[in-house]
Amino acid sequence: MGRTIIDKIWDIHEILQREGRSLLFVDRHLLHEGSHHAFDKIGTAGRAVRHPELTFGVADHYAPSSKSRANAASATMIERLSANTARHGIDSFGLGDARRGIVHVAMPEQGLTLPGLIIVCGDSHTATHGAFGAFAFGIGASEVAHVLATQALWQTKPPQMKITVTGSLPFGTTAKDLALHIIGQIGTGGATGHAVEYAGDAIAALSMEGRMTLCNMTIEMGARSGIVPPDETTFAWLQQRPMAPAGDAFAAAVESWKALGSDADAAYAREVVIDAGAVAPMVTWGTSPEQVAPVTGSVPSAEAGGDPDTLDYMGLTSGQRLQDIRIDSGFIGSCTNGRYSDLVAAARVLEGRRLAVPLLVSPGSIEVARRAEEAGIADIFRAAGAEWGESGCSLCVGMNGDRVEPGERCASTSNRNFRGRQGPGARTHLMSPAMVAAAVVAGHITDVRAMDLADILDGPAASPALAGSASASEGA
Amino acid sequence: MQPFTTVSGAGVVLARDNIDTDQLIPARFMKRTRSEGYGDQLLHDLRFREDGAPVPDFPLNRMAERPVLMVAGENFGCGSSREAAVYALVDHGIRVVVAGSFADIFRGNAAKNGLLTIAFGERERQRLAAFIGGGGEPARRLTVDLEAQDIRADGLEAIGFDVDPGVKRRLLLGLDELSETLEDELQIVDFEARYLAGAPWVVPNAGSAKAG
Repeated sequence: MGRTIIDKIWDIHEILQREGRSLLFVDRHLLHEGSHHAFDKIGTAGRAVRHPELTFGVADHYAPSSKSRANAASATMIERLSANTARHGIDSFGLGDARRGIVHVAMPEQGLTLPGLIIVCGDSHTATHGAFGAFAFGIGASEVAHVLATQALWQTKPPQMKITVTGSLPFGTTAKDLALHIIGQIGTGGATGHAVEYAGDAIAALSMEGRMTLCNMTIEMGARSGIVPPDETTFAWLQQRPMAPAGDAFAAAVESWKALGSDADAAYAREVVIDAGAVAPMVTWGTSPEQVAPVTGSVPSAEAGGDPDTLDYMGLTSGQRLQDIRIDSGFIGSCTNGRYSDLVAAARVLEGRRLAVPLLVSPGSIEVARRAEEAGIADIFRAAGAEWGESGCSLCVGMNGDRVEPGERCASTSNRNFRGRQGPGARTHLMSPAMVAAAVVAGHITDVRAMDLADILDGPAASPALAGSASASEGA
Repeated sequence: MQPFTTVSGAGVVLARDNIDTDQLIPARFMKRTRSEGYGDQLLHDLRFREDGAPVPDFPLNRMAERPVLMVAGENFGCGSSREAAVYALVDHGIRVVVAGSFADIFRGNAAKNGLLTIAFGERERQRLAAFIGGGGEPARRLTVDLEAQDIRADGLEAIGFDVDPGVKRRLLLGLDELSETLEDELQIVDFEARYLAGAPWVVPNAGSAKAG
């Protein structure tokens, strides 16, 4: 019987088996400020970090997006990370380091994320790195300590699920809409504990950035990981990355990566087929990513899943049209949608327009911010009236001093609309970057396809900054 | 880790699905060290109003004594990988969570901190919830026996549960996984030598001169 890409990566990394579990070698261990519990654990026991050269840190969760909002915890947590990584000889991208950014944006950018690797991080959105054909997943603090000390991790082999996405994504939709559409179809428990593999024409057509967005959101289906087998798109993206293999080593690596794809006769515990052509711009209305509908839809009735307690928290009523929902602010950023193409997609909508409500932009990395400045994208945001902040997790998790006030409603490109995620009492509506841009211009949730944007989405851009860049569905 | 053999005490019912890690422990509280404890922050924004007053109807606020067992709906612990979600439960005194299903990372974290997770169908959860009640009256005590793999109480027919044999062994002995793995040191060393020789490109900036 054939093997899947996960089977192949698993076999390559298996050190030993015991009690139905495998001890797997870890190629990349990524750390952020949340690693302090794990460092305390190994510190108390007097243990060393086994492979500091395979371990990388970055300050992101507590990195302030604005000096004026920075809280005392930010400084403490970021210093703790610097001290812990320095003590153990780990390369860490702290404040002021041009390589810094959100861990799931910065590490791929530096060429540290490669096909066939096992990549772990104390963060559930580590699934993002599966876009490159890596087996990547989030772990807890005890496991972070375990990996620091042993460079290995005990894992029970997950059941595997194949999601085939046929056709192509329609005008005005992106990988974010596809991810929300899939979650809406299968639910937040739809892939619980599974390693998800993506396949099909719509996946092959996705850019690396779109694949990262999709794999990132796979955790919101309950999956352990999401993976896209590597192809020419992957290899081209990786070439010349600062820390990726170079020259002959790169050529040799590509040869081994080409053998990673799943065999045609590989078996899966579950298979799901999704029609990309049925995807519309998606908006969440509730407090779980599965509480989602096309922007043309309405808040469901109690019978159709519109849980009264959820609607009470969100300040919505059944039957209300999503497009009638007024918003108080917008957020563009996060490991889901803080990449360069995401900013371009939003800028295309904002160009020549003014914001009706405040918008905070936190680029996914300093490199993303640099490119956006250079291309004039940052100026489009500023001209529209947006706040162009520093890079970090920012309003996706609300740990750095950024927050949405109680009862306020935010159109957000982030990944979780949980109660209190963006601040106590905050109401979050998840959507794509172009949809957030449309919402902050209109002051309410808006179908980006229905705006007078045909020239912006499809035709040549008015601004030289946007000329030659891809359409709003570039993220796809 | 504190060994888990039998645990006795009160139960509490949170009849909701998708109790995520942001509800279990809001992110703004996560800067504490482990020894400072997280129990007072468990489910903070559901238990307390903005002004800090307890929400009177919230089940945990109606308890005469702190519960050892929590019954909840589907997809418990979904969301982030923060182990503090488990710390908050354990520090509050909860040693067993019974739910329809659990998020993957949460379940792994629980097992490493002496928190037993039991997946039950709707029928078993309803039986437990009916026995436990709303929390206002004097608590009815339950006993969770990991060796025998059942939940017992006066007036409740014993309910058996499944548990992964490895998780059971480590919980019963209170074993630290890391100490166990370090005994496999020789195998790890042997594997590494073989693996890294075959794929030198795995180590960043190793095995070749940088292009350009």
